[in-house]
Amino acid sequence: MEHLIEVRNLHTEFKQSKGILKAVNGVSYYLDPGEIVAFVGESGSGKSVTQYSGVQLIASPPGKITEGEILFEGKNLLSYGQNSEELRKVRGGKIGIVFQEPMSTLNPVMTIGNQLTESVMLHLKMDKKQAMERAVELLKKVRIPDPESRLKAYPHQFSGGMRQRIVIAMALSCNPKLLIADEATTALDVTTQAQILDLMQDIVKESNTAMVMVTHNLSIVARYAQRVYVMYAGEIVEHGTTEEIFKNPRHPYTMGLMNAVPGLNDPKERKLIPIHGFVTNLVDRKDECTFRNRCPYATAECAERATPGLVKVPGEDGHFAACHRTITRDTKVEKHFDTMERSYTARDYSKLTDADKILDVQDLKVYFPVYKGLIRKKVADVKAVDGVSFEVYKGETFGLVGESGCGKSTVARTVLRLNDATGGRIIFNGDDITGLDDAKMRPYRRNMSMIFQDPYGSLDPRQRAGDIVMEPMKNFDIGLSQEQMDKRVDELFELVGLDPAYRERVPHEFSGGQRQRLVIARAISTNPSFIVCDEAISALDVSIQAQVINLLEELQQKLGLTYLFIAHDLSVVRHISDRVAVMYLGQMVEFADWNSLYSNPLHPYTKSLLEAVPVPDPVLEKTRERQIVQGEVPSPMQRPPGCAFSTRCPHATEKCRTEMPVLREGADGHKVACHMI
Amino acid sequence: MGKYVLKRLGQSLIVVFIVTVIVFGLMHMLPGDPVQIYLGDTATEEQVEYYTKMFGLDQPLYVQYLRWIGGLFKGEMGRSITYSLDVKELLLRRVGCTLSVTFPAFVLALIIGVCLGVVTATHRGKPLDSLLTSIANIGIATPTFWIGMILVYFFGLKLKWLPVQGYVPFAESPSGFLKCLVMPVFVLTLGHLSSNTRQTRSSMLEVVSQDFIRTARAKGLNENTVIYKHALRNALIPIVTMMGGAVGGLIGGTVAIEKLFNISGVGSLMLTAIINKDYMVVQNVTFVIAVVVVLCNLLIDILYGYIDPRIRVE
Ligand SMILES: Nc1ncnc2c1ncn2[C@@H]1O[C@H](COP(=O)(O)OP(=O)(O)O)[C@@H](O)[C@H]1O
Ligand code: SF4
Ligand code: SF4
Ligand SMILES: [Mg+2]
Repeated sequence: MEHLIEVRNLHTEFKQSKGILKAVNGVSYYLDPGEIVAFVGESGSGKSVTQYSGVQLIASPPGKITEGEILFEGKNLLSYGQNSEELRKVRGGKIGIVFQEPMSTLNPVMTIGNQLTESVMLHLKMDKKQAMERAVELLKKVRIPDPESRLKAYPHQFSGGMRQRIVIAMALSCNPKLLIADEATTALDVTTQAQILDLMQDIVKESNTAMVMVTHNLSIVARYAQRVYVMYAGEIVEHGTTEEIFKNPRHPYTMGLMNAVPGLNDPKERKLIPIHGFVTNLVDRKDECTFRNRCPYATAECAERATPGLVKVPGEDGHFAACHRTITRDTKVEKHFDTMERSYTARDYSKLTDADKILDVQDLKVYFPVYKGLIRKKVADVKAVDGVSFEVYKGETFGLVGESGCGKSTVARTVLRLNDATGGRIIFNGDDITGLDDAKMRPYRRNMSMIFQDPYGSLDPRQRAGDIVMEPMKNFDIGLSQEQMDKRVDELFELVGLDPAYRERVPHEFSGGQRQRLVIARAISTNPSFIVCDEAISALDVSIQAQVINLLEELQQKLGLTYLFIAHDLSVVRHISDRVAVMYLGQMVEFADWNSLYSNPLHPYTKSLLEAVPVPDPVLEKTRERQIVQGEVPSPMQRPPGCAFSTRCPHATEKCRTEMPVLREGADGHKVACHMI
Repeated sequence: MGKYVLKRLGQSLIVVFIVTVIVFGLMHMLPGDPVQIYLGDTATEEQVEYYTKMFGLDQPLYVQYLRWIGGLFKGEMGRSITYSLDVKELLLRRVGCTLSVTFPAFVLALIIGVCLGVVTATHRGKPLDSLLTSIANIGIATPTFWIGMILVYFFGLKLKWLPVQGYVPFAESPSGFLKCLVMPVFVLTLGHLSSNTRQTRSSMLEVVSQDFIRTARAKGLNENTVIYKHALRNALIPIVTMMGGAVGGLIGGTVAIEKLFNISGVGSLMLTAIINKDYMVVQNVTFVIAVVVVLCNLLIDILYGYIDPRIRVE
């Protein structure tokens, strides 16, 4: 049978100063009409280059497709020139692409109406009026409210989730046969992610469009894909149906990916097992298994033999793996890079006293004034945080979850006194620090620090790694001599798993994971007892995420640190936290220890957050009934009266819309703010 | 939008007001007496007194200032001591001269610069890019004054195709007007062309590497649409910003050009007036320049909002 698209032995290279980088090295795959096929792998494994090669969207020079065939509807796309008429008909016309970063994929100076109609007029030969009607229809399809009037709006007037819907509408505008979604939802909240993936699935099913889903999130694969290609270092290392891959993974890399991510049903003692080390340098590759340096199953045989090819797994239809050995989950590991378990002991919170509290936040309010007009008159307040109370005990990890815009970061920043509180009290180690000025705050500052999401943005690109780590020590003058500080920098480097020889490097010479280690080293340099991690691991690849989480846990054990841990990945928060608070629109709506919260969520908002998280098990996903919460977090300027969640809550009643529920404490200190409970 | 323009106009007025105060203050602080300079060393005390009275220079400073500003409101600019002429008339004549050099130069430098910038950016790394970019670099490094002199030598003195210097009003002889403008306009254009080209090139390269350009290509649009419809408008944003500063630079540049080609424009008027401490001329020329610069910047702001919807004020 002829496939919709069949790629044979694709090779794509990039010319670099250090040599030729073979980004895609002999990749073959196919898709049939209506199929959803996933490409998984860490960043840099060649997933995107593979997809962009097909439509010749790679920058050339330096990129070049050196070998291979891409048969799309029977014609070899590589026989067309990069900007040829024929190829442009396929691009946008028959193959639509949704890119990763919704914030930057739309042209900021063109209305979305113009951007939508452009390709429709080109490929479907419509006139302006027909195209506008088509655009409205498309926006309706991706559920943009009030599409007619939104055509004249510019991208910056939409939220990230809305923009991604528009990009999807654009990609689907000419009824493509193939839709490529490249990390289409990676940057979005779980709820938005689920909404958008469900939407894409519905649309492609309905129109029998094939879809390539490029992702590093295995749970998404489990939920949506029929078949999976696992890519590593520019090669496909395993391929099979989603069920087979999850039930019986045969490549050590696939297993590595699965072991690195926490699940919503894991036992608390489970330690994440990161994939050790880094992807081999793809410049001047050698003819051998590229995974060998990281593989826990590698033997002497692997070192001697050439690059393994994909071989059919006996007894399973269409399941292939590229490994010299026959590895299953039961195979004995040759080399342990790390311990496999961690100890977890639950605290008895009822026995703790005020003295055990490191942080006590009482009725915290943070309002930002909104100014308007010539004389900048204050017209309103944005209530970013409105009456939040919680306490954090020494040595615990306090998780904070909620969609973006719910006020998590504002809470964190205010607790660290980077923002001023409008009301309430912040008590740190027994002292009220709410109103302290900068000078009085200094002694407290060295005892608290923060790790941000973007390890690159928070580092000065010109500063050397050693100076970056030393800076807070100098700043807070912690009473060490220059030599002592030098020595401490070396110790800190070792503590976070960086070679002290890297001290002289500047940030861009580090990988993403290493940079985050550097940020952690800086954060702990003044020996603080309290650290805020605001989306500290969100931008990292799964295996590196696991490394950093393990590092954070290790440091907590060794140094007795307390974390306020903010993340939108609910599985990670469950894994790392002792107690978790859920925030919605500036208020705390539920709070409990990790176990009660995840096994017995009470608030409809918490439930919908959890429902939106896909689990890495295709069998379970098939049978799972879930109701994805619709809509987005309203702007704090237009906070609904009554319960803030009432505009999206499936159980909302008249009372909910008029009366604000208060946070009430139930059994085991489980608190929830909802009229229904 | 209307409200925004009004607000900006108000701010502009304040700026112009401050400029008038500063220039008035500076002129009167500098040593030297214009009447004395005008009459020369042989003047008698009575003559000086007479003229000082005639020009109102015997009045207290604030009265002089208010008189000047009051005159401006009535459209009067007073009299030049050196030229014994009405400043308004004098200025009008000179402004025409200067504008016929600067305006075409500004427009040409902009249009050609942007075109060359786009061409070099789209041919990045190819021979055409290297060639044009090197020329642009030479253009930036070479003083325009020097290029002007070479031109005058060849086209004026050797080949005698163009007048060496001078200015012929359009009304007198349209062909003479054009001929005498060719070289000054060319030289002034050249001075600004290189920086416009380089700015456009780097701005285009930056835009072309952005995600939304990849999106445009992924839609199957042809390369011209991608470059001119999607990339250029974004690339223009920093160029428009730069234009604000360029207006000021252009006015400075004309002083040298007017000197070189012996054109009696605003630049040379200003020079003579400063040397002679011709109060009214200096004050009014500065006033006019301030108004022009402020208006240009306002125009640019409006243009900016038009190009970039993100800063458009609702
Ligand atoms: N400096 C500020 N001025 C005005 N509004 C702000 C400011 N900082 C945050 N906000 C608003 O407060 C709300 C909560 O923001 P944030 O704390 O960043 O939420 P999260 O961490 O959940 O993403 C958002 O709607 C945001 O727009
Ligand atoms: S071939 Fe050897 S080194 Fe490579 S994945 Fe298989 S077991 Fe590991
Ligand atoms: S109070 Fe009402 S609207 Fe709010 S979460 Fe509970 S049921 Fe839903
Ligand atoms: Mg945040």
